[in-house]
Amino acid sequence: MNDSHYCPHTPEEIAEMLSDIGVASVEDLFSPIPSELRATTFNIPPGMSEFETFSRMQAIAGENRQGMINFIGGGFYDHIIPSVVDHLSGRSEFYTAYTPYQPECSQGTLQALFEYQTAICRLTGLDVSNASLYDGGTACAEAAMMALRVTGRNKIVIDGCVSPFSRQVLKTYLFNLDVEVVEITPLDGLLNRAELNSVLDDSVAAVLVQNPNFFGGIEDFTPLADQVHSAGALIIASVYPISLGILKSPGEIGIDIAVGDGQSLGNPLSFGGPSFGFIAAKKAFIRNMPGRIVGETVDRNGKRGYVLTLQAREQHIKRHKATSNICSNQGLCALRGLIFLSSVGKEGLADLAVLNRDKAEYAKEQLSSLPGVSVLQSTVTFNEFTLFLPKNADGVVASLLEHGIAAGVPLGQYYEGSENCLVVTVTEKRTKKEIDIFVKELEVALCN
Amino acid sequence: MQLIYEQSTPGRRGVKLPASDVPAAPALPAFLLRTEKAGLAEVSELDLVRHFTNLSRRNFSVDTNFYPLGSCTMKYNAKVLENAAALFAPFHPMTALLPGGEDFCQGTLGMLYDMGQMLADITGMDEVTTQPLAGAHGEMTGIMLIAAYHAAKGNKAKKKYVVVPDSSHGTNPASAAIAGYEIITVPTAPYGDMDLELFKKAMTDEVAAVMMTCPNTLGLFNPHIKEISDIAHSHDALMYYDGANLNAIMGKVKPGDVGFDVIHVNLHKTFGTPHGGGGPGSGPVGVKNALIPFLPQPRIIMDEDGKLLLETTNPGTIGRTANFFGNFGVMVKAYAYIIMLGREGLIQVSEQAVLNANYIKEKLKPYYNLPYDMICMHECVFSASKQLEHGVHAIDIAKFLIDKGYHPPTVYFPMIVKEAIMIEPTETESKATMDAFIEVMIEAAQTAENNPQALLDAPLTMPISRLDETKAAREQKVCCIG
Repeated sequence: MNDSHYCPHTPEEIAEMLSDIGVASVEDLFSPIPSELRATTFNIPPGMSEFETFSRMQAIAGENRQGMINFIGGGFYDHIIPSVVDHLSGRSEFYTAYTPYQPECSQGTLQALFEYQTAICRLTGLDVSNASLYDGGTACAEAAMMALRVTGRNKIVIDGCVSPFSRQVLKTYLFNLDVEVVEITPLDGLLNRAELNSVLDDSVAAVLVQNPNFFGGIEDFTPLADQVHSAGALIIASVYPISLGILKSPGEIGIDIAVGDGQSLGNPLSFGGPSFGFIAAKKAFIRNMPGRIVGETVDRNGKRGYVLTLQAREQHIKRHKATSNICSNQGLCALRGLIFLSSVGKEGLADLAVLNRDKAEYAKEQLSSLPGVSVLQSTVTFNEFTLFLPKNADGVVASLLEHGIAAGVPLGQYYEGSENCLVVTVTEKRTKKEIDIFVKELEVALCN
Repeated sequence: MQLIYEQSTPGRRGVKLPASDVPAAPALPAFLLRTEKAGLAEVSELDLVRHFTNLSRRNFSVDTNFYPLGSCTMKYNAKVLENAAALFAPFHPMTALLPGGEDFCQGTLGMLYDMGQMLADITGMDEVTTQPLAGAHGEMTGIMLIAAYHAAKGNKAKKKYVVVPDSSHGTNPASAAIAGYEIITVPTAPYGDMDLELFKKAMTDEVAAVMMTCPNTLGLFNPHIKEISDIAHSHDALMYYDGANLNAIMGKVKPGDVGFDVIHVNLHKTFGTPHGGGGPGSGPVGVKNALIPFLPQPRIIMDEDGKLLLETTNPGTIGRTANFFGNFGVMVKAYAYIIMLGREGLIQVSEQAVLNANYIKEKLKPYYNLPYDMICMHECVFSASKQLEHGVHAIDIAKFLIDKGYHPPTVYFPMIVKEAIMIEPTETESKATMDAFIEVMIEAAQTAENNPQALLDAPLTMPISRLDETKAAREQKVCCIG
């Protein structure tokens, strides 16, 4: 009877329960389903033991190339994860709970999310954060929709230097709405200011930029923020949280809404997910924020506690008038982000950012000294930069993959005319030795 | 408990970083740098471990308490699933998107492909995209696919409405609205399902889709579902299935067979992946053949030699709804769950989920008002209307349960039931656990009559008592200042 040891009843218990219900068989409980609608096939293979299941999963993981040396980023980054992150987020009191609708028995999750919101506010230099979104791409889309609500306007301008994936997500979110999306074609891996000036009119709800951008370039968007505000629009920045260990915060720049992907904060690469998206904004926009927000309050005895707040924005109360359709978000991944940030701490995050940049600068110098190789950016970069190769980057990347090196992201499929461009990412995990091997292998690949 | 920031000491660190083995780069120009370091916590590793361990102890969870939260399917999460997901931690998603990169990711791409095939079989669909990151995200993706379908037929301007029953999850109308549609809500009839006559009146050629969950949020299977599908299709409206309640019907009925065109599946409900205190979930979307041309990219396809490839050049696609392939780590767990339980195991899951819900329903019926008294599927919905006569609301019963060590059922949903108490035991709970819960629910009903104040005062055993939610909303203190 017990095909699944996760269904605990004995045949005797089942018989007793059926008798209490007053039906003869379990099948009788499915009588509300008209017989002509019943499934005629069900082709899932027979089950297996826990041991066999794990072996099968090991075999599947074994079909991927192991031990690849990553110089790829593109939104997901190979960073250290302190052991405490796995151990503490692995407390099943955290991971087997659900959305904290009942605050008295969910203070663990609620306080952690409040601490997470605090970390995001301090990192971004903004006033308010929600309890997380799905990922960096959907966070860009949610921020754009927030700006549409705030301004009542209907045009979104996106810098083409924003991740092509995030741009695509945003366009998908907006495709069936009465909203115009204008993309600015990058100029040498930077925002084309002249083109932006030509489209920034009083119908623009928001301008979306990314810093560092998809090419790796860092720009000072402080003057742009003023310009966008003068046009009555909001400025949204997608940011890389590790870089905020040293870079000017969105709040200092004058950004209205900052978003980003939290994967780099203690979440494994895991073939693209789960990670989390973060969103922080100026206080004035809090009622237009999407998703869950945790707030501080007191109990009947005046004791401090935490609750989900401003729920009147949300789908389970407002239904079709909600600020977003989000129900579950990425709570556990946000918890991992908080534990990561609390582990590296105030000084550690700054050091980590410097370490990333030092490694990347070393790699940039070595790689760009190869014959025919140059660096695209005229500006400074963080831990990513774009190389201009003497040949098509696709072939170079494919050949280095054979040697276990993921050399970078070739730009040809994302930007027309960029077939020779390669975005290289160097995190703190890459050793000098690995960088030197990469330089040698690239040299060989360029000669072939 | 103190906040982690209140335990900080300047200069203290929780982890040692690798030493640099490269020369220091020249500093960045000052105008690009932040003026002050971000005010993160400054604690030792042990302080950090104690803090989060103690925080975790302030949670109820499936692993510590019965958690019959209706509509959320809080079943036990098998531990082997966590181990399986850890195997895939090092794989970078960009690898698959590099030229020739698919060759190095055949394991992960193959698993996603297989996962799609199995979910398609379970739901009666033709193809599945694993990209959506949660149930509501799947709903939005599904409605966008429907919008693309109508647009391709030249009907974008004509199709303006999405029809939902008033018993639907709040995410349904919210997702449809975000995807650009106006909402028509159809009331529930006294027999517990969407009112068929009012539905017929609501249907016109301007309706793009009908969103339903079946069994619905009252836990009832709609016997008219085929007729509803036929009516929708006669207006070229597509049928959307909210898979939140799929745990009731695996192997018993396939949404695709009864006329649904698009479905999302909540892997964190039906397929045993943990809810994570509010996520990550995962919401793969299945579609019938007519909608395949619009699926998000990259789409995983298999060539004739069985090799997995990524299709990225489909002109009809709605684009992308997430940066990569969805919540892959969650899918690993759901995949392991499906292959471990297998055909018979999944059928047994649905059978015992339905058995358990009916058992609780029958046992509590004498004590609580059961507005729709019939065989239910995986969950049952009571009303605290009898208790209200004594001034006791559903929320007070919920708080009493917390004192007794039970996570409360879902209360005040579905909104169509006054003082709703929605109980979903799931298949993983033993009879003994349910019997003890039933006893406590009976005690709550008796206490409501004898000593209602005791319920209004609950909970008394938690670290905090009931919180002032108005103050939270008014003051909007959402981060720690200082």
